[in-house]
Amino acid sequence: MRVKSAFKDMDIARLIIAAFFVFLCIAAVALRLNISELISSSLTRMGMWGVLVLAMLPAIVSGTGPNFGVSLGIVCGLLGGLTALELAYRMEGVVAFPPGALFLVAILFSLPFALLVGIGYGWLLNRVKGSEMMIATYVGFSIVSIMKLAWVFLPFKNPEMAWPIGRGVRVQIALANRGLAQILNNFLAFRIGDVVVPTGLLLAVALAAFLMWLFLRSQTGMAMATAGSNPRFAEASGIVVDHQRIIGTVLSTVLGAVGILVYSQSYGFLQLYEAPMFMPFVAVAAILIGGASVKKATITHVIIGTVLFLGIQVVAVPVANAFTADWSSMGEISRKIIQNGVILYALTQAGGE
Amino acid sequence: MAVEPILRMKGISKSYYGTKVLDSINLSIMPGEVHGIVGENGAGKSTLMNILFGMSVIHSTGGFEGSIEIAGQPVEIKSPLQAMSLGIGMVHQEFMLLPNYSVAENIKLNREVLKPNFISRIFGPKLQSLDYDQMYADSRKALERLNIGIDEYALIAGLPVGHMQFTEIARELDKQNLRILVFDEPTAVLGESEADHLLQAIKEIAASGIAVLFITHRLNEIIEVCDNITVLRDGRHVTTKAKQDTNVIELAELMVGRSMSFATRQRQSSHQGRPIMEIKNLSVDMPGERVRGVNLTVYEGEILGIGGLAGQGKIGIANGIMGLFPTSGEVKVSGASLELNNPSASIAAGLAFMSEDRRGVGLLLDSSIELNIASGAMFGTGRFVKTWGPFSQVDQAAIRENAEKYIADLDIRCTGPKQHVRQLSGGNQQKVCIARALTMNPKILLVSEPTRGIDVGAKQLVLATLRRLNAELGMTIVVTSSELAELRSICTRIAIITDGRVAGILRPDDSDVNFGLLMAGQPIDKGA
Repeated sequence: MRVKSAFKDMDIARLIIAAFFVFLCIAAVALRLNISELISSSLTRMGMWGVLVLAMLPAIVSGTGPNFGVSLGIVCGLLGGLTALELAYRMEGVVAFPPGALFLVAILFSLPFALLVGIGYGWLLNRVKGSEMMIATYVGFSIVSIMKLAWVFLPFKNPEMAWPIGRGVRVQIALANRGLAQILNNFLAFRIGDVVVPTGLLLAVALAAFLMWLFLRSQTGMAMATAGSNPRFAEASGIVVDHQRIIGTVLSTVLGAVGILVYSQSYGFLQLYEAPMFMPFVAVAAILIGGASVKKATITHVIIGTVLFLGIQVVAVPVANAFTADWSSMGEISRKIIQNGVILYALTQAGGE
Repeated sequence: MAVEPILRMKGISKSYYGTKVLDSINLSIMPGEVHGIVGENGAGKSTLMNILFGMSVIHSTGGFEGSIEIAGQPVEIKSPLQAMSLGIGMVHQEFMLLPNYSVAENIKLNREVLKPNFISRIFGPKLQSLDYDQMYADSRKALERLNIGIDEYALIAGLPVGHMQFTEIARELDKQNLRILVFDEPTAVLGESEADHLLQAIKEIAASGIAVLFITHRLNEIIEVCDNITVLRDGRHVTTKAKQDTNVIELAELMVGRSMSFATRQRQSSHQGRPIMEIKNLSVDMPGERVRGVNLTVYEGEILGIGGLAGQGKIGIANGIMGLFPTSGEVKVSGASLELNNPSASIAAGLAFMSEDRRGVGLLLDSSIELNIASGAMFGTGRFVKTWGPFSQVDQAAIRENAEKYIADLDIRCTGPKQHVRQLSGGNQQKVCIARALTMNPKILLVSEPTRGIDVGAKQLVLATLRRLNAELGMTIVVTSSELAELRSICTRIAIITDGRVAGILRPDDSDVNFGLLMAGQPIDKGA
């Protein structure tokens, strides 16, 4: 029994991926790549994705499975970001928002959207018990497509966001103009040799993870985890399972919204239209690589998964390029193979006891 | 009458994983005989039939001992298909019918009458068409033997259950080589008039020379149709009697018997507390265990047993009171009306429940012992939670302390409070359930099948614990169990549930006859 569960914790897929990461790191050293730069950009990338990966946790814990529809939250976050930029533009000459305040305003604006969308989405997921993941995937695809129309027709006036000709907002909106770019990354950032540590970004992720940790130890959090791990037991304990699943979905959506804003400030742009389409898959793959299953996940899984998967993403590209100089998409291809392979693997394990 | 028995089973024994469930059963049936088999749940009736049918569950668990002869020929039945070709038919308890096919199509399923056509002449017999006219005619003939007005063209989907049952029987009758027909609790789903009709049909089937094996727990039916009756108890062959040599009362006594392993509880000094829970006209829509109007009063400080055969609704009562299945009626706890269909309300009213489905409903298998023990009280009453305004945090230290107390008190064998419940044995899991219920500090403890799936030693421990709680803490306990002996060893009163209603309430030291009669749905004389 015990031997079996020990093997389960380090199952073969995760061992292979961890070994691959180690191999990449050794290769990077052997190829004399710029290690400091690789470490810096790994840290940044892990921070960028941290909150989005964390968004998977309440969904899995509440029993709806990895949130393939976190694009809903992402879209809400983008909407909050655009609204904040619009507000800054309209209030020009009246109030000047310092960048930090504007970033908080963006988060605040995204919350009501995420809350409402999360409740509706949770309601939907309660109606499709058993096939949440597939429904979520298609909800995600659909919302991204619907929002493509919305981005064209929403009445934003800020010229920084609008196309120079025609109507609608641009595909990428630079955040540097308002001082939002890298606002978290640069907060208390410091160097060790050539390695840049994006302190603020990592602190933001740590804060989100800590709040989630506290929540999971609250009465509501416990009830949510119970509803997710054994719905019939939960009902018998007087827990209304459907409510708990909605709470989990709302939290996941809210974290998706906050997550994309954290991501965007580091990237320096808000990316609209096609961009959110495949983001959920990265987050799903990361938490699964961290050791989560579609039924069980912990904060530790989030951290391990983020470090492993995003570490691979950063290191694989230059290593692959050094090997195959004239086939530059090798890094991207290996990332896709791992991402989709891990999701596939986790889904095949889902039914097993 | 030097006729050879059509079926003879000799010295049939069967063990599942070292537990003997059948012990040298002998059975022989003449052509045209109706032979009844009676016994409680777990007496071995279904195992015996599984052997006769060569079901794979028998062969995958090491086969059986003994021999089977059909018409004097020793046979080895390895599969249901072979059983059918030997002329053994079975009318199942659950219907095996395709709802969107007609009665005739179901009767002829996989034995369709075929006729050649243009394409089949070229491409072979696999492509022959169905001869519907012949199929309908054959079905008509089979249905007429049953004397029942079912339209062979009708779709199964719209038929009443009784007609589905007759369709199943017609399917067996239509098989030309049928020599032995087994009825497994055929009247369980039928109304009274349909049941009478069925018994009539059984007599006629037997009159045509087919041997009938009739399994039921309704003793009056057995007496009415059977020529000979075999009683099984705990896997042993108790007796075989001719109908004229026995009666319902004797059969009831033989069926229940007295188990050696438990001592019957002595009658209590007849002090009764005040009523703590009053149940009026309770109906529970629990699949397979429907409750149809139970009236019952539970008195403070007693251990009330709820017994009865499987499927009669005893399990549904506690599940209904706890709000786990759609429920109607009225329940009062300490005089206050209980809101039904709401588990939180039941918990708030001071009820705690140990489910019969321990691994499914009773426990969080992949969580720690301490969390399992604390969870009921945590969600029900907010114990183990520290709150600051809208924020709360679980009090890990209090949870640990509580778990350690119960691990010591109830002697839960584990590596520590952090161990996952899945790794514990059945008996220790049950102790965790008890600890969980006690932590909720209930006024009334509802316990369903407390000893199901745990070994004998652990059974005694669990029962002793329940008894101790009652004696030392004065806790009111309602125990539902399929094992009558177990109820008789700990309860002060035992309500027997038959057909979703209370058939009667007995004392643990009442006679076996009375228990047997109530379980078989017979009224008992008040004088008995």
